[in-house]
Amino acid sequence: MNYNLESISLVSTYSAMAVYALAFILFTVDLAGRAATEGQSKPTRWLRAATALLVLGWLVHVVAVVTRAISANRVPWANMYEFGLTTTAVLVAVFLGSLFWRDIRYVGAFISGFALLALGVVTVNFYVTVVPLPPALQGYWLIIHVCVAVLSTGFFATGAALSAAQLFQESREEGKLRGRSWRFLSAFPSAAELEALAYRILVIGFVFWTFTLVAGAIWAERAWGRYWGWDTKEVWTFIIWTLFAGYIHARATRGWRGRPAAILSLIGFGAVVFNYSIVNIFFKGLHAYSGL
Amino acid sequence: MASRRFSEPGALQPVDLADSTSDFDSPDAPRKNRLDAPIRGPKLGPLEFLRWGWRVLTSMRTAIILMVLLAFASIPGSLVPQRSSDPNGVIVFRNADPELFALYDSFQLFDTFTSVWFSSIYVLLFVSLIGCILPRSLHHWRILRAEPADAPDNWVRLPFRRDEPATGGADAALSRAESSLRRARYRVVRDGSGIRAEFGYLRETGNLIFHIALVGILVTLALTGGYGWNGQRVIVEGQTFTNQLASFDTFNPGAWFSETQLEPYGVSLKTFTAEYTQRSPDDPWVPIDFIAEVSVTDADGTTDATLKVNEPLAAGNSQMYLLGNGFAPIITVRDPDGVVVFEQPVVFLSQDSNLTSVGVVKVPDGLAEQVGMQGFFYPSAVQLDSGALTSNNPEPLNPAVTFNIYTGDLGLDSGQTANVFQLPTDDLTLIAGRNTGVDVVLTPGDVFTLPGDLGSIEFSGLRRFIGVEIRHDATQFGVALGVFFAIAGLLASLGTRRRRVWIRVAGGDRPPTLEWGGMARGDDPRLDVALDKLVDRSRPTAPDKLGAK
Repeated sequence: MNYNLESISLVSTYSAMAVYALAFILFTVDLAGRAATEGQSKPTRWLRAATALLVLGWLVHVVAVVTRAISANRVPWANMYEFGLTTTAVLVAVFLGSLFWRDIRYVGAFISGFALLALGVVTVNFYVTVVPLPPALQGYWLIIHVCVAVLSTGFFATGAALSAAQLFQESREEGKLRGRSWRFLSAFPSAAELEALAYRILVIGFVFWTFTLVAGAIWAERAWGRYWGWDTKEVWTFIIWTLFAGYIHARATRGWRGRPAAILSLIGFGAVVFNYSIVNIFFKGLHAYSGL
Repeated sequence: MASRRFSEPGALQPVDLADSTSDFDSPDAPRKNRLDAPIRGPKLGPLEFLRWGWRVLTSMRTAIILMVLLAFASIPGSLVPQRSSDPNGVIVFRNADPELFALYDSFQLFDTFTSVWFSSIYVLLFVSLIGCILPRSLHHWRILRAEPADAPDNWVRLPFRRDEPATGGADAALSRAESSLRRARYRVVRDGSGIRAEFGYLRETGNLIFHIALVGILVTLALTGGYGWNGQRVIVEGQTFTNQLASFDTFNPGAWFSETQLEPYGVSLKTFTAEYTQRSPDDPWVPIDFIAEVSVTDADGTTDATLKVNEPLAAGNSQMYLLGNGFAPIITVRDPDGVVVFEQPVVFLSQDSNLTSVGVVKVPDGLAEQVGMQGFFYPSAVQLDSGALTSNNPEPLNPAVTFNIYTGDLGLDSGQTANVFQLPTDDLTLIAGRNTGVDVVLTPGDVFTLPGDLGSIEFSGLRRFIGVEIRHDATQFGVALGVFFAIAGLLASLGTRRRRVWIRVAGGDRPPTLEWGGMARGDDPRLDVALDKLVDRSRPTAPDKLGAK
């Protein structure tokens, strides 16, 4: 255990939050600016600055994750604080990585705002000092099971951002959202395009979640003697899996594409957040390792 | 004329599947089309009604609604303690609020996942699923054996179109195009002056494998679930567990369990060690390792093995899991003449992280009166300012045990099974211990003489115990196989794009040209890139990428 690195990690976390806050402000200024100029779709310099800040914040964030891992001498996802810290870094990484593939900077305000909020909540409420792992959490299954859970959460969050944008865009295309304050939506792609993007990202999240479920079941078999016992956390893993399975089918069904599918995706992400927060803190179960 | 009906492309698909084969040739179909032909109510007799019901049940819409229902129906299983996963929580709930308990119980809320309502949802979902995948499998089987389809009449509406000069003549160009398509693993048919090609059958194959595997998992659970069994047992250092019904502290047989399923073997606990660490002297001790050294005796002889958390021990057809541990002080009770009437390690259950533990000693025979003792065990005893003892370390650095000692009828002769960890004291007389003026605090080797010339008790040694679960699960192999195929099918399906390519020769008076046309089924942002590459590879001057390697 290296307690010096542990404090470096915490300082880095706060620094990343500060930079994310700046990025969030610039992303919002960019959206507001586009609303004022009749939805000019050309990226402004605000947008470029915001993206650069997000990259910088992410680098500092990665330093926080890595120093935490080194100070604990293990993977940085063994309690709720570490899970939140690492998941948020993965979320921003998924967003930044997607930029190589598609320009989805228009959801940057959502991503940077969510990352800032999530980091703030976990650091203020869930922070715990580095302690050694109890025997139940030792072994490679912690690495595999939680790693895929972290990855899929990052993808689900990015997909939720796109689905939310899609819902607004649907309403705007139907002429329900008029007026200056909604004009920024013209900088966004069409609802159909947003839906296609969200689907591709959420499908990756679904595959990772399937691995989370299966790896968790195998670990549960090793640790508790049964691969599935409807423990509260298992119940919610199942709920999330079923909701996103429903989402994937909704996209292939007439009358369910568009708005209903997007609402299902948001309900699914709501279940992910609920599973991480409320279930971990207030529900009784075998996954009682939150360290709170 | 069933075969006739099945030959319609849409007849084997769910009625509202947007991505169906019938849509294959109309990629520009409106994105939000409501069901064109609504699922209509029945007009005629019972047969039509059944057909209508079947259509509704196997429609995608019903499947989605059932999935969402299943997700929401699971929520009570996490809010209300379940008999399956938290039986103690159910008892606590019942004692706290018997009326609400009765109400909840009438809705089977304590058995959510075996309840009538939860079961009906998933049974309907799986019937819907089977009703969907059977005809789809048949449909796909025919497509797999069929040739790629003809080019659509409306060539200009194809999303991908390229015109390539047919260098070296139409025939040679077509041959190059054909080998380019074949190298990309397209199924190719060349007839006359054109080529029909299709790729991505794996998408539907993987999809069907995924869904069939899910059905397989459910069938496995239904068929083999009843053969499972599990039991719990506490083993003290030096003791041996033998795998027979009488050896278990608790035992839960499956519906079709028979005692012959228990293969004979024995497991002796030689030593148990726990390792603890703390961050700083003010922080609590936390465990970092639990190690049980055991020896396993079966038909092949005796072998040494290690049992740890996350590392179960395989013995016979069952697995043994390390779930708990604690201390078992050896208590020796003698009558006034010094004859030993009771001598055994007594399991004390730990109450906190420093393993302050509670236990009960019952001595029904051998003394003038029946004696019952409620005890506290402290691995590292220290005295608080109040005078009470506490433990400040989970390791046995200064072990001590304290007792409240009672005499009277222990209730063991009534024939009812008594809980070994509880001593009902209402009808007993306290003769020594707290508030009697005679504190009973023993460290190893200490002897306490019971008042009234009853005899004596000695803290004569200290052992550790482990709590293990022994389990046989007949569903594992089938479920693991199902999960493997489900994941393989899912990845194959999601990683494959369905594409169709047609090539025709145009020319007339001008030099001959190959017209390439292509389309995808579903979203395919890489269609242009992928097909451009195929066109490139069909050019005579293009470097042969396979040869260049």
